[in-house]
Amino acid sequence: MVAVIDYDAGNIRSVVNALGRLGAEYVVTSDTRTILSSDRIIMPGVGEARCAMESLKERGLDNVVRSLECPVLGICVGMQLMCSCSEEGNVDCLGIFDTEVRLLKADRPSGVKVPHTGWNSVTGLEGPLFQGIGDGTYMYFVHSYAAGLCAETVARCENGIQFSAALSKGNFYGVQFHPEKSGPAGERLLRNFLLI
Amino acid sequence: MTVKGVHFQGLEVVGDPVALGARYASEGADELVYLDISATEEGRATFTDLVSRIAERINIPFTVGGGISSADGAARLLEAGADKISVNSAAVADPSLIDRIAGRYGSQFIVAAIDAKVVDGVWRVVTCGGKCITDRELFSWAREVQDRGAGEVLFTSMDNDGTRKGYPCDVMAELSDQLDIPLIASGGAGSAQDVIDVLTAGKADAALVASLFHYGEFTVSRLKDCLVKAGINVARNVEL
Repeated sequence: MVAVIDYDAGNIRSVVNALGRLGAEYVVTSDTRTILSSDRIIMPGVGEARCAMESLKERGLDNVVRSLECPVLGICVGMQLMCSCSEEGNVDCLGIFDTEVRLLKADRPSGVKVPHTGWNSVTGLEGPLFQGIGDGTYMYFVHSYAAGLCAETVARCENGIQFSAALSKGNFYGVQFHPEKSGPAGERLLRNFLLI
Repeated sequence: MTVKGVHFQGLEVVGDPVALGARYASEGADELVYLDISATEEGRATFTDLVSRIAERINIPFTVGGGISSADGAARLLEAGADKISVNSAAVADPSLIDRIAGRYGSQFIVAAIDAKVVDGVWRVVTCGGKCITDRELFSWAREVQDRGAGEVLFTSMDNDGTRKGYPCDVMAELSDQLDIPLIASGGAGSAQDVIDVLTAGKADAALVASLFHYGEFTVSRLKDCLVKAGINVARNVEL
């Protein structure tokens, strides 16, 4: 059973639709016991990091997520919340990944726009999430803040600067792009996550 | 029914939007934009249901627009599975709508659609499908929607829309140069070369193509082949 964490900060519907297309059994929940009894956890997220973090804390889910031992996948802001802190609202996050989330900067002369919106290639792919996914595959991104490169980076991408497109540490995984919106490659990544 | 307007008038039914959306996604479109262009004028009881049926079928970003005039209206579409919503006339009437939606759901969720045409030598913003000419000027309005928190601008030249004679590349490039947020060019594509032109000379970050695909003359993958041959970096469907 996959638990999709509902903390009022996610585009839950598109993640749920993707799981449905993959034939996965899932539950959308903010209930601690349900989360602890699931064998895969997805933490989606769109919106502002401080609000999302507060929303997670209000439900007592910050400590629950940190304590999880099954595979956990954070998507977009869900991944950012697993980092040490975010410049968006200057908020301390879960501290699972040892990197900070900072604002990307637009650079008009070189055509770098922010939010980083659209399809971009991911490189330096490592680990089980990217099984069968070729280096340079395009994934769909939409974000203004990004996690810096660190020892836990398992995919990188560039928009003005290089940033972590995916992070991995033990049972925790995070992707800055939206696999649920990244066509067949994104579906493959989600299927890989379900098989870890 | 999906309708394709010529200058947003004289609407023709071109197909079932759920089937069309699924087809474009499977053919490798980068994003699906569903604009219910009659929504400001007619009722929209079935609109949300249609959005959720399309969202279930597609695995690419999904932008929905037409008649959104409140943050609650945007919220209903988010719940139905829209990844982004686009606002147009309602934001011109009440620009703070952009602040409210961006404040609640983030800039990535809101696309500001801007329709404009040349009136007495000036690019003026128009609403209600081009029927109302406003006192707003294109460039200052585009900068304002950016400052208020829009994540993208979807610009349609009403002088080009439906004509299939190409996008207006000069105004597009000027607009792109003035914005930090991505610019999507819409309205006027009649050939692959038109799309190539707007992504190069027109400096657009993305191109919206409708009638070129709707009538089956062109597929997404064929267009992407043309773009790649022209040296444009595009996302390609990978075999997995």
